[in-house]
Amino acid sequence: MGYYGRPIVKEPVWKVPDVPGYLFLGGMAGASASMALAAQVSGHSELIRPARVAAAVGSLASVGALIHDLGRPERFLNMLRVFKVTSPLSVGSWILAPFSGLTALTVATDLSGRFRWIGSLAGGAAGVLGPAMCTYTSVLLADTAIPAWHNAYPELPFVFAGSAMTSAAGASLLVSPSRPAVRLGLIGSGLELTSTAAMERRVETYRSSKLLTAAKALTVAGAGLSLVRGNRVTAVLAGASYLAAGICTRFGVYRTGTASVKLVSVQSG
Amino acid sequence: MTERMGFFTDTSVCIGCKACEVACKTWNDIPADGVDLLGMSYDNTGSLDANTWRHVAFIEQTVQDDTRWLMSSDVCKHCTEAGCLDVCPTGALFRTEFDTVVVQADICNGCGYCVPACPFGVIDRREDDGRAWKCTMCYDRIGDGLMPACATACPTESIQYGPLDELRERADERLAELHSRGQADARLYGHSPDDGVGGAGAFFLLLDEPEVYGLPSNPVVTTRDLPAMWKRAGLAAVAVAAGVAVSFLGRR
Repeated sequence: MGYYGRPIVKEPVWKVPDVPGYLFLGGMAGASASMALAAQVSGHSELIRPARVAAAVGSLASVGALIHDLGRPERFLNMLRVFKVTSPLSVGSWILAPFSGLTALTVATDLSGRFRWIGSLAGGAAGVLGPAMCTYTSVLLADTAIPAWHNAYPELPFVFAGSAMTSAAGASLLVSPSRPAVRLGLIGSGLELTSTAAMERRVETYRSSKLLTAAKALTVAGAGLSLVRGNRVTAVLAGASYLAAGICTRFGVYRTGTASVKLVSVQSG
Repeated sequence: MTERMGFFTDTSVCIGCKACEVACKTWNDIPADGVDLLGMSYDNTGSLDANTWRHVAFIEQTVQDDTRWLMSSDVCKHCTEAGCLDVCPTGALFRTEFDTVVVQADICNGCGYCVPACPFGVIDRREDDGRAWKCTMCYDRIGDGLMPACATACPTESIQYGPLDELRERADERLAELHSRGQADARLYGHSPDDGVGGAGAFFLLLDEPEVYGLPSNPVVTTRDLPAMWKRAGLAAVAVAAGVAVSFLGRR
């Protein structure tokens, strides 16, 4: 059936690892910025700087990946030429641009020790934008004719939200073990695992993704290892597992989507 | 706004000459894509893409021990609700005064978002040039009152260009004529404003199921679900904020 077995919808022309990498880094950065703000407000001063650095490095790297993916990188500023709520990439650019600027400013003031009050204000603003950074990328994928992405739109934001929280917890645990990071990882794991299960019930093709299976195993391993108390090595391993899980989740969702173009030759919304 | 202009492609009189493909390439100065023998009947073009804005499909069917040829010149649908235009972040894709959908090559930054957003798989990014390209319905000709190159070159009037309302009437008449002649499998595709893309500015008369021609049977513009998507993403963002807050509430 079909026309010589050719898929109808075109596969994305986006580059790998640029775009799935951008999804991972953006989520990790968003949740880290919120974590830095929460640490600042609650007086966990030792957690502030690592979270700020993770937010800045993650968001600047994701900006780099996004620009590198463009067919005309020198025209990246055209992303801010208009604001269109019908384009998740336009909305995302207007979130990502201030977010990456704010996180970079925050880290610069923090590390240099100058104008720290400006850094605190910037860090606060980045922390407020953080949750949006974690979830807008799910709409970016879902708002396409790619069957596995579009059909998963009810659960995908929660999968990305959970994954972003475990990634931020992972980055924090890599540097130092702390109760808030452990709790954030557990909350993120719970959200990611339950929403991934719900997504797989709706869109079956995700079930056969080896990357998503690896992501689940790594998430469970990270959660388990994070519960071992007073051991620096297990905390680092937990952090690494969470970050690896985040990478596997984003690449798994990305690849399942691009492959679904071939599986489903006819798309009907 | 002037009248909405469109294409009516009546595939029942297409003879597969590919004059439309050649005229389109020539007028629009589209790069060649090499000689490629695809083994798909007389179709060595394959599909619409960045360098092919008219594509003639060839289908060989065996009907009652005889061969039936289906030929159809496919093109961008210039949807009423255009997914490519909706998702374009730069405003490079815009709706013209003729209600057609056109990419501004001097604005497009090659983000590629339009490519997977099109339910018909029409628009594509050109590899060496990095920008997205597709049929413009010869925006540079119709503004001067000329017909698009493909319609001008078509020797059988399979490709008809004109005000969309007139084309729809003409298509209804043609369909009734074919049905009265016993051609029961004739059908219109993309003509109804009630379909998933709000009706196409370029619609077709087909002689078989749309899938046979490589067309989706029930295309729906992805942005119809976008308000629901933003709601879910908003809820998920609140979940992140709550999750982070709760993590810092407990014991040190």
